[in-house]
Amino acid sequence: MSTTLGRRTALRSLAGVLAATLTLGVAACGSDEPSGPSAADAGPTGLDDGSELTLWTRAPLEKQAKLLVDAYNASHQNQVKLTVVPNDDYVAKVGAAAGSDGLPDLFAADIVYVPNWVEQGLFQDLSSNIDGLDFKDSINKGHLSAGTREGKEHVLPFVLDLSMLFWNKQLFTEAGLDPEKAPASLQEYAAAAKAIQAMGKDGVYGTAAGLNCGGCLLFTWFPSIWAGGGQVLSEDGTESKLADETAQQVYRVWHDLWRSGAVLPASAGETGPTWTAAFTEGKVGLMFYPATLLSSTPFDAGVAGIPGPNGGASTFVGGDGIGISKDSKKAAQAWNFLSWMMSEQAQVEVLAKNKDVVSRADLANNKYAAEDPRLVTINEVAGKGGTPVALNFQQAFNAPNSPWLTLVRNQVLNGSGDLKKDNDEITAVLKQ
Amino acid sequence: MSVTAPSRPPGAATRRRTRPRGRQALLGWLYATPTAVFVVLLFAVPLLLVIRMSLSKWSLLRGDQGLNAPDNFVKAVDHRFFTDSVVFTLKYTALATVLLLALGLGLALLVQESSRWNNLLRASFLIPSALGLASASLLFYVLYSPYASPLAPVMDRFGLTFLGSPTAALISTTFLIVWRYAGFYMVLMLVGLQGIPADVYEAARTDGASRWQTFRKVTLPLLRPTLALTTVLCVTGSLLAFEQFYILTKGGPDNSTITVVQLIYMVAFQGQNDLGVAAAISVIVLLALILINALQMRAFRSEES
Repeated sequence: MSTTLGRRTALRSLAGVLAATLTLGVAACGSDEPSGPSAADAGPTGLDDGSELTLWTRAPLEKQAKLLVDAYNASHQNQVKLTVVPNDDYVAKVGAAAGSDGLPDLFAADIVYVPNWVEQGLFQDLSSNIDGLDFKDSINKGHLSAGTREGKEHVLPFVLDLSMLFWNKQLFTEAGLDPEKAPASLQEYAAAAKAIQAMGKDGVYGTAAGLNCGGCLLFTWFPSIWAGGGQVLSEDGTESKLADETAQQVYRVWHDLWRSGAVLPASAGETGPTWTAAFTEGKVGLMFYPATLLSSTPFDAGVAGIPGPNGGASTFVGGDGIGISKDSKKAAQAWNFLSWMMSEQAQVEVLAKNKDVVSRADLANNKYAAEDPRLVTINEVAGKGGTPVALNFQQAFNAPNSPWLTLVRNQVLNGSGDLKKDNDEITAVLKQ
Repeated sequence: MSVTAPSRPPGAATRRRTRPRGRQALLGWLYATPTAVFVVLLFAVPLLLVIRMSLSKWSLLRGDQGLNAPDNFVKAVDHRFFTDSVVFTLKYTALATVLLLALGLGLALLVQESSRWNNLLRASFLIPSALGLASASLLFYVLYSPYASPLAPVMDRFGLTFLGSPTAALISTTFLIVWRYAGFYMVLMLVGLQGIPADVYEAARTDGASRWQTFRKVTLPLLRPTLALTTVLCVTGSLLAFEQFYILTKGGPDNSTITVVQLIYMVAFQGQNDLGVAAAISVIVLLALILINALQMRAFRSEES
């Protein structure tokens, strides 16, 4: 008896394990259709019926994401549950979730990855909803077009992060520079950095940069190339133009700065986590810095667009776009969050109030911007900025061992290397 | 048991002998099932999946798109960092193994005799092993950082850099590993040393052997099984190095410290997002590991016989 019982139990448990494995396998392979009402059917503001929504974002935008989510949760029945993922792990986490159909309802993506992710089908088509917004034309163009594929919009701007020239007014004064006037060109920028370095103040450096961080470098140096009238990529994003004359001028200025010792030495190995820390602590005279950190910069800092080698101003319109994932079954509720996020209420009373850039041009001159002229500067430069679009952007530029990083390090730190060869390597990756 | 007994047919005499054996076999299977299930689920299934991946076009975001063998293997070997990473991994493995084994044995000899001070020493050598490798790496990341480190003024004054140049990065990372693992290998060596009978040493002393001779002719030969174990552990562990480089150097500076496992991670998650090629490299690494370990086992065995 006990024998038969034992055998039966054993067989049963084996069968159970097999069944469980099979179910898992089937669940992982099957692609089930979203069962809830689609975003398009739910009307202009979607559904607010007390559903729980999940939202993923990466750590650098944690502050803005938290503010938005808290404000939404306080005023709506739907509740958004925010998950913040470390920057370096974000792609891996989204990739794993996409493969197993486990993406959250809403997720934000670094705007430079958006074209690729839209092409891979990770976002639902939102074109009919977005077309229904009467302020559609004033939504940030760079973000909107990054998420547009074959004329269909998939992504809205979540948080705009612009790279701007920030300078420490106190250090400027101490070095005998005019604290109210921004360096007008990259040459003047270098001269100011050297002047601050020349004070010989303990632990204070002229400037800093994330010289081992591809993302930081493109975020801060592409604008210099644009401001100088140059291009970084071809129209279709398959050819690198980073060996052109304007780009070379930018590398030369930085190579000279590096050799002169006016750059924070830690910059050479800076892989990203602390690339802004020294400036925030008041130990760096001026640097190209993310505008999202304006509210957490504790001292009096000046803000201007990033100049080119001979003047001009531009910015990298970075930050994250957000969309509804392919796996969301609550698209109508998720659209409710997105439509609220684009509303004047959220843009002005949440983002602008926190000194962040609004993603609607028609709201640029809001009451908070009027209080802080620096916000007006940022909003103005935002219109002149660019967002490069390329399918293999991450591998070519952001990855820790990207050919772009090799190019910059060769040009700036080592003052050697074959520029054309390094540039061709970027093109080769972009074409893959 | 008692329930089935009465209904036993007349030919029970012969079955009585086979029956317990059958039951025992079944019991054996039952006892082995939990382990077997775990081995199948956590080892065999993933292994088969990786092999399947390595033979398929399988991108991170899009999933399986059908077989394409042997494209992934061609792409893996042609990858611009493949040769560099293999060379670097071997270099690092040689360095780490030599240092760890020598230091482990040295420390073990130092604290072999049990005394109050030696117990304290043993404990202090072993403490770093209680720290997770990732936490230890983060600790050293701060120590090595020219910006946040308490050593920053020293680095500044002497123009030192811990992670700034390829050689410095390799040495700094190896130092972390030695700090983290020397105690662990010391314990393994201690166990081996204590397994050597005292009378062998006594005999050596009676024969007038010097310390060095005793070490060469008695300790080392009798320690061979322990040396085999530690070498295999250390070589395998170093060939699969990942966390320390991922946290400390991210493969930099200038792509000089990319290990093979880091290359796998890079291909899978950082840019290329191609699980197929990453799986192909994994399979290559697996085969290399099997080969290397087989060679090591054979080397130690043949010397033994």
